Amino acid sequence: MEQEKLRRLEEKCIQDCAPPCTAACPVHVDVRSLTGHIARGDFSAALKLLRKTLPFPTIIGSICDQPCRSHCNRSLAGGSIEIAALERACAFTADTPAPKILVLPARDKRVAIVGGGLGGLTAAFDLRKKGYAVTVFEAAGSLGGSIRKVGGERLTPECIEGELAVLEAIGVEVELHTKADVFNLPDFDAVFAAPGAAGGSQYLPVDPITYATAREGLFAGGSLLRDAYSPILSVADGRRAAISIDRYLQNVSLTASRAGEGSLQSCLYTNMGSVKPAIAPPRSPNGFTIQEAVQEADRCLQCECLECVKVCRYLEAFGSYPKKYIRETYNNLSIVMGVRQSNALINSCSLCGLCAEVCPKGLDMGSVMSDARRIMIGQKRMPPSAHDFALRDMLFANSDASALCIPAPGKDSCEYLFFPGCQLSASAPEHVEKTYALLRDTFSADVGLMLGCCGAPADWAGRDDLLKQVLDDFSVQHRRMGSPRLILACPSCSRVFRRYLPEVETVSLWEVLEKSGAAPVAAPAREHVLSIHDPCSARNDGRLHESVRIIVTNFGYTIKELPLSRQKTTCCSYGGLMWFANAKVAREVIDRRIRESGDDYLTYCSMCRDLFASQGKRCLHLLDLLFENDVSSSSSRACPGWSQRRENRVQLKRRILTKLTGEVMTDDACEHQQEFFIAADVQAVLEQRFILAEDIRQVIAQAEQTGRKLVNPETGSTLAYHKLGCVTYWVEYSSTPGGAFSINNAYSHRMEIIEGVKS
Amino acid sequence: MTLDSANKAPWHCAACGIPLEKAKVQIAYLGSAFPVDLLRCSRCGIVFIPEELALTRMAEAEKILEDK
Ligand code: SF4
Ligand code: SF4
Ligand code: SF4
Ligand SMILES: [Zn+2]
Repeated sequence: MEQEKLRRLEEKCIQDCAPPCTAACPVHVDVRSLTGHIARGDFSAALKLLRKTLPFPTIIGSICDQPCRSHCNRSLAGGSIEIAALERACAFTADTPAPKILVLPARDKRVAIVGGGLGGLTAAFDLRKKGYAVTVFEAAGSLGGSIRKVGGERLTPECIEGELAVLEAIGVEVELHTKADVFNLPDFDAVFAAPGAAGGSQYLPVDPITYATAREGLFAGGSLLRDAYSPILSVADGRRAAISIDRYLQNVSLTASRAGEGSLQSCLYTNMGSVKPAIAPPRSPNGFTIQEAVQEADRCLQCECLECVKVCRYLEAFGSYPKKYIRETYNNLSIVMGVRQSNALINSCSLCGLCAEVCPKGLDMGSVMSDARRIMIGQKRMPPSAHDFALRDMLFANSDASALCIPAPGKDSCEYLFFPGCQLSASAPEHVEKTYALLRDTFSADVGLMLGCCGAPADWAGRDDLLKQVLDDFSVQHRRMGSPRLILACPSCSRVFRRYLPEVETVSLWEVLEKSGAAPVAAPAREHVLSIHDPCSARNDGRLHESVRIIVTNFGYTIKELPLSRQKTTCCSYGGLMWFANAKVAREVIDRRIRESGDDYLTYCSMCRDLFASQGKRCLHLLDLLFENDVSSSSSRACPGWSQRRENRVQLKRRILTKLTGEVMTDDACEHQQEFFIAADVQAVLEQRFILAEDIRQVIAQAEQTGRKLVNPETGSTLAYHKLGCVTYWVEYSSTPGGAFSINNAYSHRMEIIEGVKS
Repeated sequence: MTLDSANKAPWHCAACGIPLEKAKVQIAYLGSAFPVDLLRCSRCGIVFIPEELALTRMAEAEKILEDK
């Protein structure tokens, strides 16, 4: 992923943008954190936070005209947060000692501030902190200008003196009763003319961004630029002028990157959909009491986006959000030496695309992670174990043992080719046979059958080489059949063919069944409510969503939609091979989905069906409705294990060949195969460890043929190991009286035993 | 990293008919090799890797090496 593309994607995520309140505040007070502290009752932390942005928080809190407030998202649900009143409450409530203000080492430059109002004093404060020698000239007998007029009851003169004392403390010099001439201050390197509302005198034209005038070193701003007095805009003026003067004195650009200063429009999106209205508590005449302040702060929505994180367990599980994830992913891909900490992040995404549907900016983390995997493959940095099992399963589905491509019986080509997909064959092979028979009825027999895998696992793993192989093999067979139209039962197959072989004509089985008016073998006896889980790979197939709902309704069932369905459906956790890279999160994904409704689920992807069933959810495949007499018991059919899935594919091929072509598959190995038994509890462990019956058979065969095995003289059990591909499998077994073996345990590792054999 | 397993195990080599003994054995993954203490048949070299070792420390080491 080139740096540019990545930056573009990273920028799309707006979760880091300031909320409307902070953006609108001319000096960007972090209101969200402020209300957070107050809501927790931590007024000291709140005041400390205010001081980061405001030089005189008690003064501002008392008189701020809060331009932020009208932008507050709460205005849509009970009224904007009383932001200034909260600032005031924390200024008057917090019991914190006067802050220690850090002043940078002295610089040999002097700045004159003419006008001791809020703007001038803010500039004085900011510039002094940067180490400049600062003198404030004020014509009146005291500092503060307009603040003494608008201050109200609580902002007493003592209070104002107390706040302004900080200036003296950090070494700002103040000349009261002094009318300085801004054009004639030869002892100073820069001058800020901040005459305040009463000042009124006109200098020169002022640059609205930098406050520079045409005269070298003279900057001007303050209330004279505006019609009405605004305390917070005065503070912002002072700050803007201080930034310009600092840059001027350091001889750097006055204009570069200043777009972030002053009141801004927020680019943060916050979903207000589920926000319940709440109004502000009544306020005591002197402002919020502690309790009232806490209550009011609690009304703050803590605005943020996280639309994607709210719906995606994977994004939530890694503890952050896409902007950060993209950065981490990029860093991970750029590491030359060292630990790649984000491999799990990259490989755990189900590539389902839900994030893009809910993101206000349409950011698709699935495509980010899919690209990242391909780059890792290119760099030869993909952890070998990440997708190994799934890819081997794909190869098996396309091997002679289970793959098949036959024309319509008695022909050598066909008009239609039924492609059920490798998982339907693995999960419900008898439904493949029945569907195939039904299709031959529907289309006057001119339908062929192809068993195999479309290559989706290779696509998910980022293995373009393997994907190409699968698609090339497919294309050869497809042409051999006369380039028939594909009838697809699995939405993941649909996605792969549409994306990579757009020239192949496809139609979904469900559309065919809808149009042909296929009837179920048994209608529901009483009302049976089904919640439809649309598979994520069918997300953008509105036509398909309709077909399925029409069929289900015609069959006599009642549909109750899940909150996330159709275009916004979730992944069952099989997508993207999440299952193999991160079984823990995958289980949580399933768990979350199956809790969304107590009704039986209905889906049209066999992997979704099986995975929901694996965690105890009553779930049906659409073909169950069509072919099963006892639909209710079908909904609790167990999820076949990995070994069973392979076996189902193998047996399906055999049965079809025998039935349709009379051919009987011979399997020599079969005859001499050592029989073995696996108890259910051991089988469960093997499933979890991705150890197949076939692996066990090979380990035992090897051990029994060569005699290389370990024995436990006390129990008589045997332990043997054998390396198959990249994995070494260990099997512990005992012989049974009948001459067969019973499996006690099995485990595996990928590390190789180098020094095993010694003569 | 330490992968050594000090386990005393009940296993005997079936072919040689003798108990396994502690020995240094090389194990390797993705181009990195480590010596570990395992039980081994001193005559034919067959080794014993306990389940616990394979599923914990060895699996962790594999992950570290895969992420390197
Ligand atoms: S609800 Fe809170 S975070 Fe959101 S805009 Fe209002 S004050 Fe800011
Ligand atoms: S939905 Fe997610 S990716 Fe999109 S802006 Fe919000 S946090 Fe960022
Ligand atoms: S699992 Fe789906 S919703 Fe979550 S990040 Fe990946 S593609 Fe997006
Ligand atoms: Zn031996």
